[in-house]
Amino acid sequence: MDSNLLIGATFCFLLGFGYTLLVLRSGRFRQGSANLIAMIGGFLLLSISLSQRGHLEGSCPINSLFDVLVFMSWAIVLLYLLVGPPYHLSLMGAFTAPLVLLILGVAQLAPISRAASAYRHRDPWIEAHASLSLIAYGAFALAGIAGLMYLVQNRQLKRRKGGLLLFNLPPITELGIANARLLWLGFGLLTIGFAAGFISGMPVNTLKFWTSAAIWGIYGAILVLRRIHSLSPRRTAALSVVVFALLLCTLPIIQSLSTPK
Amino acid sequence: MNILCAGINHHLATVDVREKFAVATHELAEVLARIREIDCLAGAVIVSTCNRVEFYAASVCPIRVIDGLLAFLSERTGGTEAPLYMHDSPRSVRHLFRVVSGLDSMVIGETEILGQIKQAYAAATECGATNRHINKLFQNAFHVAKQVRTETQITRGSTSVGSVAVDLAEKIFGGLAGRKVMLLGAGDTSERTARSLVSRGVRTVIVANRTFDRAARLADEIGGMAVHFEHWHTAFEEVDILICSTAATEPIVTVEKIEPLLRHRDGRPLFIIDLAVPRDVEAAVNDLENVYLYDIDSIEQIVQQSLEVRKAEVVRCEQMIDRHVTSFVAWMQSHVEHFS
Repeated sequence: MDSNLLIGATFCFLLGFGYTLLVLRSGRFRQGSANLIAMIGGFLLLSISLSQRGHLEGSCPINSLFDVLVFMSWAIVLLYLLVGPPYHLSLMGAFTAPLVLLILGVAQLAPISRAASAYRHRDPWIEAHASLSLIAYGAFALAGIAGLMYLVQNRQLKRRKGGLLLFNLPPITELGIANARLLWLGFGLLTIGFAAGFISGMPVNTLKFWTSAAIWGIYGAILVLRRIHSLSPRRTAALSVVVFALLLCTLPIIQSLSTPK
Repeated sequence: MNILCAGINHHLATVDVREKFAVATHELAEVLARIREIDCLAGAVIVSTCNRVEFYAASVCPIRVIDGLLAFLSERTGGTEAPLYMHDSPRSVRHLFRVVSGLDSMVIGETEILGQIKQAYAAATECGATNRHINKLFQNAFHVAKQVRTETQITRGSTSVGSVAVDLAEKIFGGLAGRKVMLLGAGDTSERTARSLVSRGVRTVIVANRTFDRAARLADEIGGMAVHFEHWHTAFEEVDILICSTAATEPIVTVEKIEPLLRHRDGRPLFIIDLAVPRDVEAAVNDLENVYLYDIDSIEQIVQQSLEVRKAEVVRCEQMIDRHVTSFVAWMQSHVEHFS
């Protein structure tokens, strides 16, 4: 994967995030296209980079932890571009950029293997399983971001102090709806991804199976409880942040268990 | 060519003086025609709002026009003594740019004045009372106002209880279309707040007041429905926004009373605006899930924040205006027009 493209993408996200922080601090934040342009620029660079890697490996570029992190960053930005601007979830880009920066930063700086494993996901069902699961992770990431924005907005409203952040964050009801919809989207994609994995008949490590099942079960439980109003929007938001943080921690384990020794 | 401005405003005169100088819309054409008769006057615009009455004129001979204007005003107002101000360019130009940008308004940064001045200019143009310099002056003024509004924070935030309530409601619910409001007590401020919410799409207003007739009258005026005060909680389940302003000495809305009612709301948020002093709503209600309670102090604090932000922006606006004044004066000097 061309590291210059990745550095360029990282720079775009950094630029978008830095710009938003700067205008927020100066008290002159206005809905503008600067952050969106930076996100689109970063997304295009990531897409080219992934495409090059895909051609090189002859498969969907998710054959190492490095690949997985880059692919997940791409999925998060893709979903942000599909969900954020059309639904006027202002400032979501400012919340998305640091998460993507963190994941890309870990991918580029942490001592993790970049080499694609000898085992390649050539079976289309296995590729569908892996890529859909990672896009589902992207949806869960955005649900976590919407959840975080919900918690911040809830705090701002409860504090009763007004302020720039309160009036620039989207309405709390819309954040709650976005949070729940993104959880449903992630859950749906993860379910299809798991189904594709079962259809492929690939051998599954027991620990990987139960870790994945636990993630699926936790998100399913959150959604059912939310649906029957046993879980408030605030608790759903908080859980979507916590569970995504846990999910990020399990990613290296799942990736290592996915690679046959 | 010189630009002159003579007028009276809310800074210098009370309403009983200002109203004597006011020019109603129906008499505008006639007054403009009278002013056009003043010797050496090349063009004029009259701005008459509740806070100001101002005459803008272009002339090569300012002293004669000022004398003519003073004579006209004295005749029109029956010799009323008034603290009139008179400016010639560049002060008159700066004055207009400040006025149109909302810097001279009672509430700094308000935008209604721009519309009023646009109307005044359109009326003068229709009557054929403007000339090239006046046209250029007002077109520049509108450009300045737009720039000041878009490039500074002078119009930021809300500056009244009603508009803050609307802003907060929109930050809780998003759009207000179809939302339901309940007024607990029918005070003036709560009525104005309810009207602000209705103007933004609130569908139903339920009024509960100790005097049922007053509740019924208000409900009738704003297209709502009245309920007996003792039964307010029966209509509560559907309500999204509760505005309290009763004269009760003890809180009416308590955690104990409201908590069981919240269970039937399926997690829908509830926005409570407590305008009463002493407060109608127990402070601990704000700790309940999905309930956002704002009392009069917290709303006024947000109003103050907005005003402070606007005041802090005045310096930037003035700098912007100064640049435009210099540019306009330079244009005037390069386009000298001899009045014949």
